[in-house]
Amino acid sequence: MELRKNSGPLKWCMITLVVVFLTMFLLLPLVYIVITALSKGIDTYISSITDVYAVKAAWLTIQATLWAVLVNTIFGIAAAWCLTKFAFKGKKIISTFIDLPVTVSPIIAGLIYVLTFGRQSFLYPILDGWGIQIIFAVPGIILATIFVTFPFISRELIPVLTAQGTDEEEAAALMGAGTFTIFRKVTLPHIKWALLYGIVLCTARAMGEFGAVSVLSGHLRGKTNTLPLYIELLYQGYDFTGAFAASSILVILAVVVLVLRLLLEHRGQKELDIHK
Amino acid sequence: MNRMRKHKSIIPGFGLSFGLTITILSLVVLIPLCSLAVFTARLSFSEFIYTITRPRVLSGYWVSISTALIAALVNAVMGFIMAWVLVRYDFPGKKFIDGIIELPFALPTAVAGISLTHLTTTNGWVGKLFYEAFGIRIAYTRLGITIALIFIGIPFVVRSVQPVLEKMDIQYEEAAMILGADRRTTFWKVIFPELLPALISGFTLAFARSIGEYGSVVFIAGNTPYETEIAPLLIMSELQEFDYAAATSIALVMLAIAFIILSINAVAQSIVSRRVSGLA
Amino acid sequence: MINKKIKIIAAALAAVLALGTLTACGSGSDSKSSGGTIELTNVSYDPTRELYAAYNEIFEQHYEESTGKKIEVTQSHGGSGKQALEVSNGLEADVVTLALEGDVQVVADAGLIDDGFVSEFPLDSSPYTSTIVFLVRSGNPKGIYDWDDLIRDDVGVITPNPKTSGGAMWNYLAAWYFFEQQGQSDEDILDSIRKLYGNVVVLDSGARGSTTSFVENGQGDVLLAWENEAFLSLKEHPGEYEIVVPSVSILCQPTVAVVDEVTRKHDTVDAATEYLNYLYSDEAQVIEAENFYRPSTPEVYAQYVTEIEGNTITEIPENGKWINDKVVLTDINHFGGWTQARAVHFADGANFDSIYEQ
Repeated sequence: MELRKNSGPLKWCMITLVVVFLTMFLLLPLVYIVITALSKGIDTYISSITDVYAVKAAWLTIQATLWAVLVNTIFGIAAAWCLTKFAFKGKKIISTFIDLPVTVSPIIAGLIYVLTFGRQSFLYPILDGWGIQIIFAVPGIILATIFVTFPFISRELIPVLTAQGTDEEEAAALMGAGTFTIFRKVTLPHIKWALLYGIVLCTARAMGEFGAVSVLSGHLRGKTNTLPLYIELLYQGYDFTGAFAASSILVILAVVVLVLRLLLEHRGQKELDIHK
Repeated sequence: MNRMRKHKSIIPGFGLSFGLTITILSLVVLIPLCSLAVFTARLSFSEFIYTITRPRVLSGYWVSISTALIAALVNAVMGFIMAWVLVRYDFPGKKFIDGIIELPFALPTAVAGISLTHLTTTNGWVGKLFYEAFGIRIAYTRLGITIALIFIGIPFVVRSVQPVLEKMDIQYEEAAMILGADRRTTFWKVIFPELLPALISGFTLAFARSIGEYGSVVFIAGNTPYETEIAPLLIMSELQEFDYAAATSIALVMLAIAFIILSINAVAQSIVSRRVSGLA
Repeated sequence: MINKKIKIIAAALAAVLALGTLTACGSGSDSKSSGGTIELTNVSYDPTRELYAAYNEIFEQHYEESTGKKIEVTQSHGGSGKQALEVSNGLEADVVTLALEGDVQVVADAGLIDDGFVSEFPLDSSPYTSTIVFLVRSGNPKGIYDWDDLIRDDVGVITPNPKTSGGAMWNYLAAWYFFEQQGQSDEDILDSIRKLYGNVVVLDSGARGSTTSFVENGQGDVLLAWENEAFLSLKEHPGEYEIVVPSVSILCQPTVAVVDEVTRKHDTVDAATEYLNYLYSDEAQVIEAENFYRPSTPEVYAQYVTEIEGNTITEIPENGKWINDKVVLTDINHFGGWTQARAVHFADGANFDSIYEQ
């Protein structure tokens, strides 16, 4: 504690620097969005965000986000478990492939699905025969969203599980516990907060995805337009107030998710303190 | 990692977790990525080389890489300071700052691009100031691209350094100080090496993400060939010309760049962690 | 305690997902008719949003009155080339209404539209046309009156990238035609075009992006725009801009077509054909003219021709007559049709690429 108090002037310099930086790069754009959204009065704002297409777009975004979170949670837990509890060949490669989607340009992410499921793909006639349409339809949007948020949860879990080691699980296994019991009773308590944080990140990113979805959505108004695409549509239709109003929905959703995380984290901290 | 046993583990669930991992990984990532290679293979090797080394394409990579690198460096420095401030200091509004770090993830890149462009054109709030005071134009220059990339890269470094810093035992620092090290020495010899792997991984992620960024950049870039035309835009323009093979070739190169960056990160991680554990 | 909470959240998520999937399947499986309503999808290019929003309304009414069936049209807008590509890739459009014949040809080449689509509807399947004009700031401070003003050193030009925007190809070709009319050799024309694009401040990827750069973000001195886009800006921002009609320009013929493959699958052939046919009706032609597209019916066209002399338009005429009939228009046939124009000017390494080589 001594140590922390020592650095008086430096402390405030750094805090000021951080505040200025975040104000310039984060808050100013947000403030700009809110001001523009409200520039034509609250009535226009309300009617913009309750527009039937806006509501449909928001619903589609929520749907894609939930799917992405669900799939990535299952995948994240499986991958983290597999990569940290066992030794096998090809581990590095798998873990690099898991990280790859974050660094792939969203345009490429969209493109690869178009190539895989589009009309020129050999899969197309098969899927078409079953009456399944993937790209330019809801499933494609969900897939693209899963792709761009792919490593978010596993990346949070892996360091925690690596640090925790395998001793506790081994002990539990020796005592005859099954896979799910070990996971629930031994592993889950350790990774709870990392998992939660991963879910929050995944949710946030999934809601805002634009590039990849834009490539394979087809922009069908009211059908395959997610909220970010709808915002672009309004923007290009010279409806700036409407565009920024719709953006503010996303900002609000994001803030809600982030606040939720802070609250849960706070609870968790308390719980940990009690256990200590 | 080196604690891992080489013989078969007694922990159950390998089959299940491995199977799930490989299945989902293949369906979502590997198979779609293969189609990229399949479409590129429609070109002969010399055509492929020609496509990816045209001057305009090369300048596209360069614009993307150079701006992404600067943005990632800025984010590395600022992200480190932010993580430090958030972990080590108490001040009013800290929770708030901590909470908004992820906003660049949640805000659609297009919205970020639009609002940043509006702010930084010569008649926007910020752009006007800079233009009139210093004669600097932000939007529609590489500076503008860099700013958009800084915006989208903010969370990476903070969020990878922060947890490590939180877990770091303050005893080491105290020991160093008691042993007579001054604050600067303590920082550079004790704290920084511990944080380096996290810093590198945050930096490489921010860098890699920025290279591929499209949504926010197209609005602010101005898209002038050889000046502010980014590589992802070139992919889009090849697609508009219905030239799939060319588009996928450029995409493949960008994918390779991303893969190389990630591998460098992996190598750096193992070197640094070996050195750190060697020191300890 | 936390576990319980997580369980509740998980249950809620599962419920929402299940619901979501049901609705998703619901909307996915019956794209053509739900509850007796025929659904049509019209994939169009960027600037036609306002036009089709208005047109769909009267068409839906007309269709119900004439056939007794309800119809609902879903719109998709984007860069013309990109839209064509998406339809070829499997975006299930019943009709395409794109910026140029070349883009419809792409869909036809993918095997989705039967041959001869150009003559399927009257007037080369172009129910409305447009042209390229200049939009300048109020008072025309830089004195921009014709194409050769655009290559002056002090002029900043805004136009989209012809490689990513169909409309921008028209801009480029119109400029080419002007310099050709000046009697320049091909090499000189290329030089002039190089100067023109050297003056471009922001090369956006689409027509709408360019308009935004010019109007909202205050970039450049002149915007090369579709006539309808220019008038729309005049309408949205009265008193801030002027339209300058150059001495020559190009007749832009947006092309419409029924996507045969998709309509057969959806069983919407009749509805789709009627949708495009009705674009030629007097009611629709009036709507097109009111959205500043040049109507193809001579009678309707004549109603909108202005008597005002001069090439500068500072406001939308009160009597609604806005068409400047004096401008000399070339058309795509002058350039040997789209296939040739693309090969000579816009393909990789062709003229447009060469002007950027140092």
